[in-house]
Amino acid sequence: MTAPTAALATGLAGPGQHLARGAGNPGAPGSAESLVQSVDWAAIAPPTIAAVAALVVLVADLFLGERRKPLLGALAAAALALAGLALLPLVGEDRATFCLTSGSGACSYVADPFTLVVQLLVLGGAFVTALLSLPAVRQERLPAGEFWFLLLSSAAGAALLPAARDLATLVIALEVASLPAFALVGLRRGERLSSEAALKFFLSSVTATAVMLLGVGFVYAATGSLHLRDIAEGLPAVDGRLGTLAATGVVLTLVGFAFKTAAAPFHFWVPETYVGAPVPVAAYLSVVGKAAGFSGLILVTVRAFPSYAHVWGPVLAVLAALTMSVGNLAALRQRPDRPHSAVRLLAWSSVGQAGYLLVPPAAAGWADRPGDPVGATLAYALMYAVVNLGAFAVVCALRPAGGDARIEAHRGLAAGRPVVALALAFFLLCLAGLPPGVIGLFAKVTVFGAAVDAGLGWLAVVMAVNVVIALVYYLRWTAVLFRPGQPSDGARVPFPAPLTAVIALTGVLALAVSGAPQLILRFAGMTLF
Amino acid sequence: MIPLDESVLRWLLAAVVVLPLLGALGALLPAPPGLRGRGPEQAVLRHGVTVTGAVLAAAVVLALGFDHDRPGRMQAQTDLSWVPALGVRLHLGVDGISLPLLVLTALLTFLCALYGYFRMPQGPAPKAFVALLLLLESGSLAAFAVLDLVLFFLAFEMVLVPMYFLIARWGGAGRQHAAWKFVLYTLLGSVVMLLGLLVLGLNAGTFDMVRLAEQHGSGLGHGVQVLAALAIGLGLAVKAPMWPLHSWLPDAHTAAPTTGSVLLAGVLLKMGTYGFVRILLPAVPEGAHTFAPYLAAFGVVGIIYGSLACLALARRGAGGDLKRLVAYSSVGHMGFVLLGIATLTRTGVNGALFANIAHGLVTGLLFFLAGALKDRTGTLDLDALAGRTGAALYGRAPRLGGLLAFGAVASLGLPGLAGFWGELLALLGSYDPAPGLSRPAFLVFLALGALGTLLTAAYLLVVVRRVCAGDPAAEPGPGVFAGTVPDVRGHEFAAWTPLVVLTVLAGLWPALLLGLTEPAVQHLLPGVSR
Repeated sequence: MTAPTAALATGLAGPGQHLARGAGNPGAPGSAESLVQSVDWAAIAPPTIAAVAALVVLVADLFLGERRKPLLGALAAAALALAGLALLPLVGEDRATFCLTSGSGACSYVADPFTLVVQLLVLGGAFVTALLSLPAVRQERLPAGEFWFLLLSSAAGAALLPAARDLATLVIALEVASLPAFALVGLRRGERLSSEAALKFFLSSVTATAVMLLGVGFVYAATGSLHLRDIAEGLPAVDGRLGTLAATGVVLTLVGFAFKTAAAPFHFWVPETYVGAPVPVAAYLSVVGKAAGFSGLILVTVRAFPSYAHVWGPVLAVLAALTMSVGNLAALRQRPDRPHSAVRLLAWSSVGQAGYLLVPPAAAGWADRPGDPVGATLAYALMYAVVNLGAFAVVCALRPAGGDARIEAHRGLAAGRPVVALALAFFLLCLAGLPPGVIGLFAKVTVFGAAVDAGLGWLAVVMAVNVVIALVYYLRWTAVLFRPGQPSDGARVPFPAPLTAVIALTGVLALAVSGAPQLILRFAGMTLF
Repeated sequence: MIPLDESVLRWLLAAVVVLPLLGALGALLPAPPGLRGRGPEQAVLRHGVTVTGAVLAAAVVLALGFDHDRPGRMQAQTDLSWVPALGVRLHLGVDGISLPLLVLTALLTFLCALYGYFRMPQGPAPKAFVALLLLLESGSLAAFAVLDLVLFFLAFEMVLVPMYFLIARWGGAGRQHAAWKFVLYTLLGSVVMLLGLLVLGLNAGTFDMVRLAEQHGSGLGHGVQVLAALAIGLGLAVKAPMWPLHSWLPDAHTAAPTTGSVLLAGVLLKMGTYGFVRILLPAVPEGAHTFAPYLAAFGVVGIIYGSLACLALARRGAGGDLKRLVAYSSVGHMGFVLLGIATLTRTGVNGALFANIAHGLVTGLLFFLAGALKDRTGTLDLDALAGRTGAALYGRAPRLGGLLAFGAVASLGLPGLAGFWGELLALLGSYDPAPGLSRPAFLVFLALGALGTLLTAAYLLVVVRRVCAGDPAAEPGPGVFAGTVPDVRGHEFAAWTPLVVLTVLAGLWPALLLGLTEPAVQHLLPGVSR
């Protein structure tokens, strides 16, 4: 599914490139053979495996009886694990495929360290989501075939996104990642909240996509190319009369990605969507959806529009400050006894965390080599993925059957299930950046350092204030766990095995990277592109 | 004193920090066969005593193997790369400043574990209690042993969690509120401190305390130094605590169980003052110089305020709580420590370090005694204890009364006991502060500090008169405790004797401590002649 997509994209870009070149050079011969691009199947294996598995699941759903449906879930989880393993042979080799055979030789699909890290995050996140969903699909009577198909398709799109190096592939990957997500949100049949959330999500997202496509069109018109590398080279040399067009295109493209990352003021869809969606889907959106959005944003700003750093640098800095403040202040106002308060709080906190993630790309606007600061975003995103999925897993596990997830229901958890309480407390402290959540602290320090290095002192101060605000609500939740109280009904039922596995996995990972933070933080210092 | 290989010392220091951490994990596991004891509770309490005892033994051997001819040099150093991305290193080491604090921490925690073995505070099962105690010990020992700014912050924060739970779970009335207040104050302070540490580390290009001390602020602009000193100083001042940031302390002390109070006063407060000496003075000398007069002024206000608050609590009819009184007296004592540091002279800083240790010993003893008294009478309300004539401990429980009187006179700074030298040196330092500091201002601080010692003597003597003196045969009034008071028990003797002995020893032989701290202070304050 993705290979044709990429091929289509290069097909789109190829002639465009050809035409642009041809305009200035009418006599250039282009032989038909040289346009055929070679495909490095190993390089594109990770998204391809997910995409193929999605189709297999969809077809298999037709032939499996009701009792055999759980097999689909196992198949999906296995495929995601396999896709993740397919990353291993790619480590250390900068592979590129779908390259133009003439002209600049720009490639549409590149498996560089940046791509591999984000793909690891996406596929790992999707794998964990799949584990979380195994019991949820059964309990909430979600249509199994559709659910697993949608999850795998979305994961395939999200895995393709960081590898895309031309705007067409980028936009298509983004849509492949997000269109199934709308359906996933609305999958709870007969739930008013669920379908309303899906509609809200869909409408705002489509608007953003339309705006982005307009921007992409303008950029293409101005530079004559869709390849990020060629755009980066072409933008500074744009004809003066097309300058406004190019600038408008840049801004409109950024707006689209800002929406996908749930940056303020494009964040309003987040809480309702998370609450309305099945909890594992909310976890998926907060981690994988966000990672996809951010990798797209980084690619567009750092790889395609470096010459407009003076425009997107300040814009991203303001967006970062706004996003973290809005998210944290709203999270602070959540009351623990409201329905869905746990998911709602995590939703708002994810908006706040998106603000921190935006700081390094903003700092890249001031860097001599814009690729350097964004490593901090990757490190932060990896940390956030592990602990946020862990927190969602605990919330998911503690939710009473058919009930909603309230923080108040976690009261007395430490007495009933000490290990789970300690795990959740650890995840929350990591999110807050407070020891013993060492990795959370160090990831924040890395992001903070990126802001300071770029001379964004004011942003560093805003971030510090926000970290303090966030401390309050994370600590409040943590305190509830250890408060004496009657454990709720959900605390006595044994957890389904996949949920236990996820809590154990994320807990061990969070502990490991807290003990050896270099495992994650090394991405902050390395050359990514 | 005993020649030990440097690598042995290195392992000893690492063991001192890591052993309690492993012990805390071990406390959570079920006891292995053969160590089950009389039951799970007794087994885990004994585990706590064993581990803290081993840590104390390691710390004592470390102190004996320490090269006492060169206490100014960092010894037993371990320096491993931990997070190269941030330049954070696992750098441990001891010198004459941190060694006494390490031994004091190990000793107090051991005594607390021993006391808890015989007298477990009211609350949930002892398993978590022992684990938290050991976690607390690990964090506080780490704070004194690490030589990296980020690690120092981690250790500084690590003690928050166990102390919160010790207060919130095993504390007395109002414990939830007190524990929350403690965490909130310290946390806000330490976030500010973290910012200061980052500003310092990122600008100086290293988080290593030894290198920062060697650079002695060179390469750091005046603005950066002032900013870093302000932020770090604020965080440390909350912990120390410095007036007016002290208001978490009386509540926390009053609500905490005996062991919590002892460790809070004896160990946790020391982290604040230790940070001033270890980080602020050598790394940002200009910033420290800028804020020294303010620090001294706040310290002196703390001295006067603490003693006035104590006088008010000790008054008849005020309903003062003895633990709250000791807590306020801590504010005063730590005021002397801050004053000594703020003089920026070797005399003053040595005095501060001495007063630090003395306060740990004496106030630790006083909190133990207050806890024991509460166990016996069920109240620490001075009015309820004393009635009209006094609680007459001399008559009802002569040894307990005698120890209380001993603690009180040691606390008021009687010559010949530990409390004397630190305060004397701090005042002496402010008689002639570092060049560039206003001498008249420091003379005023000296006068006020001296007045503070008088007020301290006044309230402590009032307390001794009301609690220890009195007529045991007098008719108790309404609401006054009238039961019998058992005298000191064996385990209490065991827990308190070391503190008494060390208080006398430090008072009679101050060179024991000053010989350690003086060369190290000289090292941190180069070019200061006094």
